[in-house]
Amino acid sequence: MTLVEEPLVGAEHGRLHDHNPAAADADRPIGFGRLQRKEDPRFIRGQGRYTDDVVLPGMLHGAILRAPVAHARIVSIDTSEALSRPGVRAVLTGKDLEPLKLAWIPTLSYDVQAVLATDKVRFQGQEVAFVIADDRYAARDALESIVVDYDVLPPVVDLRHALDADAPVIRDDIEGRADNHIADWECGDEAATRAVFAAADVVVAQEIVYPRVHPAPMETCGAVADFNAVSGELTLYETSQAPHAHRTIIAMVSGIPEHKIHLISPDIGGGFGNKVGIYPGYVLAIVGSIVTGHPVKWMEDRSENLMSTSFARDYIMQGEIAATKDGRLLGIRANVLADHGAFNGTAQPTKYPAGFFNLFPGSYTWDAVYGKVTSVYTNKAPGGVAYACSFRVTEASYFVERMIDRLALELKMDPAELRLKNFIRPEQFPYDNKAGFEYDSGQYEKTMRHAMGLIGYDQLRQEQVEKRARGELMGIGISFFTEGVGAGPRKHMDILGLGMADGAELRIHPTGKAVVRISVQSQGQAHETTFAQIVAEEIGIPPEDIEVVHGDTDRTPFGLGTYGSRSTPVSGAAVALVTRKVRDKARLIAAAMLETRPEDLEWAKGRWFVKGDPTASRTIQEIAMAAHGTMELPDGVDGNLDAEVTYDPPNLTYPYGAYFCVTDIDRGTGKVTVRRFLAVDDCGTRINPMVIEGQVHGGLTDGVGMALMEIIEFDPEGNNLGGSFMDYLIPTAMEVPDWETGFTVTPSPHHPIGAKGIGESATVGSPAAIVNSVIDALSPLGVTGIDMPCTPGRVWDAMQGHATPPI
Amino acid sequence: MHVTMSVNGEDVAKDIEPRTLLVHFIRDDLGLTGTHWGCDTSNCGTCVVSLDGTPVKSCTVLAAMADGHAVRTVEGLETAGTLDPIQQGFIEEHGLQCGFCTPGMLITGRELLDRNPHPTELEIREAISGQICRCTGYATIVRAIQWAADHPAGAAAVEQETVQS
Repeated sequence: MTLVEEPLVGAEHGRLHDHNPAAADADRPIGFGRLQRKEDPRFIRGQGRYTDDVVLPGMLHGAILRAPVAHARIVSIDTSEALSRPGVRAVLTGKDLEPLKLAWIPTLSYDVQAVLATDKVRFQGQEVAFVIADDRYAARDALESIVVDYDVLPPVVDLRHALDADAPVIRDDIEGRADNHIADWECGDEAATRAVFAAADVVVAQEIVYPRVHPAPMETCGAVADFNAVSGELTLYETSQAPHAHRTIIAMVSGIPEHKIHLISPDIGGGFGNKVGIYPGYVLAIVGSIVTGHPVKWMEDRSENLMSTSFARDYIMQGEIAATKDGRLLGIRANVLADHGAFNGTAQPTKYPAGFFNLFPGSYTWDAVYGKVTSVYTNKAPGGVAYACSFRVTEASYFVERMIDRLALELKMDPAELRLKNFIRPEQFPYDNKAGFEYDSGQYEKTMRHAMGLIGYDQLRQEQVEKRARGELMGIGISFFTEGVGAGPRKHMDILGLGMADGAELRIHPTGKAVVRISVQSQGQAHETTFAQIVAEEIGIPPEDIEVVHGDTDRTPFGLGTYGSRSTPVSGAAVALVTRKVRDKARLIAAAMLETRPEDLEWAKGRWFVKGDPTASRTIQEIAMAAHGTMELPDGVDGNLDAEVTYDPPNLTYPYGAYFCVTDIDRGTGKVTVRRFLAVDDCGTRINPMVIEGQVHGGLTDGVGMALMEIIEFDPEGNNLGGSFMDYLIPTAMEVPDWETGFTVTPSPHHPIGAKGIGESATVGSPAAIVNSVIDALSPLGVTGIDMPCTPGRVWDAMQGHATPPI
Repeated sequence: MHVTMSVNGEDVAKDIEPRTLLVHFIRDDLGLTGTHWGCDTSNCGTCVVSLDGTPVKSCTVLAAMADGHAVRTVEGLETAGTLDPIQQGFIEEHGLQCGFCTPGMLITGRELLDRNPHPTELEIREAISGQICRCTGYATIVRAIQWAADHPAGAAAVEQETVQS
């Protein structure tokens, strides 16, 4: 275990309290610690290279015609006028793709989805035709000239009625399909839970809705495909969070051999799960390049992004909680109805059709738990992977934290006290959560008490008493979440049969500079910095001397990519282990150089030295030169200082946190203001505290968005009501407070450097804290529950006694 | 139609379709890809450039409307190999992650400091409130602009401070 040199408990708030050294500064860490990002110099000069920045000679532009209605049979498509327009090179429809066997492609959940609709359109915004033209304006113009005759069908919009006997069957393309049911899944012990509930003093039930939201990264999805008919090679630039998995799947789908596909995922303008899926547009760019013999670029616009690519959530959760009168938790039950849209396109491991919803028991001990999820088709866009996807951990965490507060209200007990009374204790780890997952480590009470001290919990409750006496609406909300991140192990977790493991390759050049190649892909998480820091920590080469290569399948080893906060838990572990492998090899070479035995050497960061004689040493740079030099190397040691590994994680890592939100609600308008938000996170060993703070801030803002304003709604005809940034509201700088953060450090016992994931913690943890705060503020009015988003109108309705679910 | 304008201090002249948006003119005709395209409705602000010293959303300005005017993009912030303090501030305070909104934020931040060298936190938040960042949560962007306000000479000032201390 690497020693953690920074304090194990702390707080961060405001500017310039901490120095962030640059790579050239003498006080920069050679290993873990604050360090300015290596990727910043190109981004602040406008020198990032995103997919839409790729311009190839002779490149054409594609545009997609999309369905204007949610459910309709296609009677005919006439492309003749579009084809005759100036600048138009080709127009593709589903009929053109059928002979290529590309009209349908597999989803990441063993369903199929249409690339271009052949029989019916099944959601508004579905892909119907693809125009390829000389420039993006000409391609868009031609869309207007395509004539499609639709026979409109009744849509299934309300998922609560998707399984009704008379509901229209959406997926009549699947033989024998007579309803809209996808799958049932359960975890825990149903009978034991029933017995616990039957004997409990107190049972509370609550419906909790997590509505459909969208990740909406600032860069939309897109691709540039360049197929060379002579060599049979495809170079594909793509907005992908998982370049290797995409290449393998595209090879399987297209028939282009995998070794002929070069997939490059350049700089990515935010992902949040939106760039995990394989979208029809990517396939169309490839087909377009094959058909025209030119490179073809396809970039979706914002409306296409919001209406057709992966949404997130869309869970209706019926919750029940059982406890003793004095607040000991006994049992929890979740019965979930999940809207998967028109095609089952979630990116869950095969064994986990409801993702890791198994985490719904949260951070507490229970006598029994039981969860059930039923997923259905509706006439809406497919997806369900996205927005800090975390494999449904977000839904699970929101569920249990809302239920705990609901019970506290029923028991008239302080919600902090109720949590403290029921936490899993440190000595109980590794802890079987009774729903199939084993938590690795945690010091929940310590972290909770640290957070309560930082926010001044008792003073806030006092302030609230005073404000309530004056009729003001002030809320204090708590969320204590436990996540499971870093999927595999590969024997349990996969995407379309590809096991969830990640490779890493490290090469130390003769001059002691290094290159590390990783299989995961940054969308802003600072991999080029933090992965260099892991190498630096393990081998003592300064981070500025280490190049991190990612996002190019030709230049990196195979691995499953970045989503579900898996980069540090999986790929970070691979990088630590490959560096140790190189260090071990360096020991053999150093021993030869020092004419001693390897076992007589000891490691100090950056050099091997003779035990008892620190002056007799060789630096890693000297060893690198010797490895490539003329010296006779020990038997079995070849002439380089390189290594490669593939890391198969033994378990998920389990980061957790204590979040506190203070809200004020305007009695006259129902407007919610987040006055303060404190996030105390424990992600184990901290590689770069500056980067961690940034990851947490971003996730908290996502949380404010979902809790207060973001929702993709549909009208009864299935029209998407959230199809632009004028309708789909995202927090600006005016809607969020100056974040307060803190931390504790509980290393993961099974991770090589003790690190856990952090990318999604705040997105998982914060919505419950905000909504619990809103309910706390409204509780004097008799409100016991409200669903997201807590818009002024919906809060106003709740204040008048009729809180209604958004779906 | 024919347009001429000054872009980052250099005169450019091009024949374009009259309907060409300024963002596409900058990206496609001039190859300055630091300015981004993130929505079509003037909401996201990844396309913000300076037009005669005022930040504008170049997705809702026609290139023809910039005819005869001066445009400054992110590529024009660095002068003679020296970063603008606003660029340095974003590095110092971790004001960016994926980098997609960053060019627009930098242009807005620069313009704010030109007209108000010592803005309050609220004034900074108001100035960037027409732009969306999905990664940072804004606090570090606010700090980055404050850093630039506190260090009008940029990185050179930091070195000077270090020498003095």
